[in-house]
Amino acid sequence: MILFLEQSLNGLQFGLMLFLLAAGLTLVFGIMDTINLAHGSLYMVGAYLTAAAAAASGSFLVGLGAGIVGTTVIGVLLEVSVLRRLYHRDHLSQVLGTFAILLMSNEVVRTIWGSQPILLNPPAALAGPVELLPGFTYPAFRLLIIGVGLAVAALLYVLVTRTRVGMQVRAGASNREMALAMGTDVRRLFTMVFGLGAALCAVAGGLLGPLLAVQVGMGESILILAFVVIVIGGIGSIRGALMGALLVGVVDTCGHTVVPMVLAQTLGAQAAATAGPAVASILIYVLMAAVLFWKPEGLFPAHG
Amino acid sequence: MEDLAMTPTSSTLAAPLPTSASAAPRAPAPGLLDHPLHWRWALALLVLLLALPFVATALKEEFYIGLASRVLIFALAATSLNLILGFGGMISFGHAAFIGLGAYAVGILMQSGITSAWVAWPVAIGASALFALAIGAISLRTKGVYFIMITLAFAQMLYYVLVSLKAYGGEDGMSLPGRSIIASGIDLAQDQTFYYVALAAFALAFIVVQRLLNARFGHTLQAIRENETRMVAIGFPVYRYKLAAFTLAGGLAGLAGVLVANQSGFVSPALLQWNQSGMLMIMVILGGVGQLYGGFVGAVVFLVLEEVLSSYTIYWQFGLGAVLLAVVLLTPNGLMSLLQRRPGGITK
Amino acid sequence: MTMKLSSPALRHAALALSLACASLTAAHAADSVKVGLLSTLSGPGAGLGIDIRDGFNLAIKHTGGKLGGLPAEVIIADDQQNPDMARQTAERMIKRDKVDFMTGIVFSNLMLAVGPPVFQSNTFYISANAGPSQYAGEQCNPYFFSASYQNDDMHEAVGKTVQDKGFKKVALLAPNYPAGKDAITGFKRAYKGEVVLETYTPLSQLDYGSELSKMRAAKPDAVYIFLPGGLGINFIKQFVGAGLSKDMVLFGPGFSADEDVIKAVGEPMLGMFNSSQWAHDLDNAANKKFVADFQKEYGRLPTLYAAQGYDAARLIDAAVRDTKGKLDNKATVRKALEAAKFDAVRGPFKFNTNHFPIQDYYLRVITKDAQGRITNRTLGTIFKAHADSYASACKMPS
Repeated sequence: MILFLEQSLNGLQFGLMLFLLAAGLTLVFGIMDTINLAHGSLYMVGAYLTAAAAAASGSFLVGLGAGIVGTTVIGVLLEVSVLRRLYHRDHLSQVLGTFAILLMSNEVVRTIWGSQPILLNPPAALAGPVELLPGFTYPAFRLLIIGVGLAVAALLYVLVTRTRVGMQVRAGASNREMALAMGTDVRRLFTMVFGLGAALCAVAGGLLGPLLAVQVGMGESILILAFVVIVIGGIGSIRGALMGALLVGVVDTCGHTVVPMVLAQTLGAQAAATAGPAVASILIYVLMAAVLFWKPEGLFPAHG
Repeated sequence: MEDLAMTPTSSTLAAPLPTSASAAPRAPAPGLLDHPLHWRWALALLVLLLALPFVATALKEEFYIGLASRVLIFALAATSLNLILGFGGMISFGHAAFIGLGAYAVGILMQSGITSAWVAWPVAIGASALFALAIGAISLRTKGVYFIMITLAFAQMLYYVLVSLKAYGGEDGMSLPGRSIIASGIDLAQDQTFYYVALAAFALAFIVVQRLLNARFGHTLQAIRENETRMVAIGFPVYRYKLAAFTLAGGLAGLAGVLVANQSGFVSPALLQWNQSGMLMIMVILGGVGQLYGGFVGAVVFLVLEEVLSSYTIYWQFGLGAVLLAVVLLTPNGLMSLLQRRPGGITK
Repeated sequence: MTMKLSSPALRHAALALSLACASLTAAHAADSVKVGLLSTLSGPGAGLGIDIRDGFNLAIKHTGGKLGGLPAEVIIADDQQNPDMARQTAERMIKRDKVDFMTGIVFSNLMLAVGPPVFQSNTFYISANAGPSQYAGEQCNPYFFSASYQNDDMHEAVGKTVQDKGFKKVALLAPNYPAGKDAITGFKRAYKGEVVLETYTPLSQLDYGSELSKMRAAKPDAVYIFLPGGLGINFIKQFVGAGLSKDMVLFGPGFSADEDVIKAVGEPMLGMFNSSQWAHDLDNAANKKFVADFQKEYGRLPTLYAAQGYDAARLIDAAVRDTKGKLDNKATVRKALEAAKFDAVRGPFKFNTNHFPIQDYYLRVITKDAQGRITNRTLGTIFKAHADSYASACKMPS
């Protein structure tokens, strides 16, 4: 029972972080119809800036704040200088152009901080466990991640459904040409959306940094998963991103727990240990292919 | 009012009608969809490539024969991708999977004791083509960005399947005990011999692709790329043409995979990863999307750049990224299009 | 249509050719020793590779930039913890740079990928870390020498300690690659109690949330992990974060409890037992000099990886000296390597028939030293003159 509870929380935590990345990606994709492979680089930059600022200031919160601000600035600069030119190009050019940015940002980060991962520690107060139920303790920092993830999801919901900007975002995602015709200031909206995406990446990067390693190329593996999430959820839909992310988080956690247990009976501990996560990943991609084939707009499409 | 059209002018009366005795009808000049071989230059290039090992050995730089082999293998792979991407307009983000499958086929057969190239290589090419057929059959039902994503999904699926197969090394990959055996006199373990085999494979594949592109199949494929709706309206079986091209490209990539496995003596799931597919796409765009020599030029530029730059600095990928970004922003159709003024490549 | 004179394909071929001409500097001079140091210098395992490199370079510095009296040239490259990349780079070092010796690899899966081309080219590999069981037993090779250890041994040493301390229920965790499997095999050879959980994680996995939940459910009284470098750092932080350190005692081999992990994790590691074939407080002249100079040169205490890199260089130095620089005669070089006449920083060092060391293994604990630094302290010897368990399966060609 406790095992189940703990695994569910782990899956929720992973899913929420994936959501933060997917939300920005789906907005850019949905509104600007742009495939942005450099999204994972913003996540990496967010983690690095947070780590550097935290080391300099001695406080995780200050570091996180600085990371968010810094990454948003970098994201906006990137949008204004390079990405803007890719909006009207075909998808192949976008893929390759943003891939080029990915390569370059890896090397810039490596030049500044070196090839070795840098250290980012959670705030000392949250480094220990918290007793949620009698006999069940859970790491405090992971609870923080879940909390922040839920808060951001709520914030995004409010932003998208209750504000004017959010209305423009939804209109843009739903029918871009119409939104333009209705008078939305396109350039500003695009820049804002991109900046928001960058900020979300920074939050994810700063929060996951203490759990994983802050290293060059850390964005690539999670970027692919983010793409899977937005395809499953529906391009341009934030609700889809949340549902897709939670779904992927659950499947991934199952791959670490349920699947190896089942396979261990037949294959033995070592084989089950390799096959488990691999089977989970295969399932995720099978799901993605199935959605693309039967319901390409996704499970929770933006067009309603 | 005289109907001028009906009255033959003196010039046409004076010109004799062509008879079969006087001259055979002249071949039509290369059209928009043709890709001439420029056989004088092709021949010169071939001679250069044939001479390369001798020059390298004379300069005591045998290492570069191996590098040249690698360039040829990737030229083959890039050309196969260019066939569907540049000429067919199908942006496949999972092409590396077919290379990996060809490589693994050789590896698996070798582990089971089958080392003969005459058995292993056709099986590998056939396996890659078969997977391409299956994946293409499903993926080609989708369009645009969904096609890109679904090809990526399939490649990742295959990657994880291979990772989970501990019998074949899983994530750590497996070493091949030796190279495939072609005949008793031909030892592929010799760098020079391997180079000529790779050159032969590339040349053969290149000729096949060139012939295909200039035939009805190639014309149809390019026309589909230009305007699929029109081709459907005219009545072409568009899906079948695309699937045929996709399968062929998969088979050719499988041949490249066979050579990769032989050259490195090692296969691992990393061959199928999405960044490998990305690198292939980079080669195609560097060399020229929809240009006949695009795959070859792209592979040469990319791999030579990599080799030269990486010996100067560990940050060479920055240079690669910068070059790539410049090409994307400034020359939408790749480096080769800078020379020729004919339209090629993809329109949105 | 006329074709322009400068066909790009032609141009690029010419470029490649001229580059080949320009790189004539790769010619091999017979009066120097070239060593290819291929190690993991990026990613979570980077700390280990960097230590090996620094230890190796310090040894070269101590011998005045020479190996066995001949000027030494060390070519350093990053394998990026990728078997493909490692193999390609190794081939470049063998074929283009024509190195005399190779060393440096940290991870055993890379070692198994790089081994075949190195051995086929008759180049000697002196391992400064990876010691896969495959090369100790059936696939032993005259060109492979381990200057470090055999993978199983350190884990066997901790297994014996855990057994002797009377723990009854143990959970095991190791990454799913050759050294990880060797680790669990070695531990179980010496530990005879109950194993309540045996988990393998992918080498790239850094988040141990689900493994920790399984551990909590299995309720062992001791946990044994083998997680080198960055993996160990992450695990221990998460282990403490999940509150499991209160209920379970953590054991590990020296890899998971050396200076790099201590620096990253700090206080929570106090009291952790681990085994090693070397410790910085070992009392011999060579070690004292090594530790002092390493601190002076690099500003940090060396780990066992640095010590292994240092010893590997000293071994090569001794072999080149004993063969008087005639490196072309592979048989004499081999004999010189097998004789291993050098002062290792770990104490008495000699090779077994399978080219793996027969050496002592010590028990260390993490405490605060006299200066208040958190570091390892040697408690005693677990194994004396310990040989690995695979030597009998090795039929080394003479």
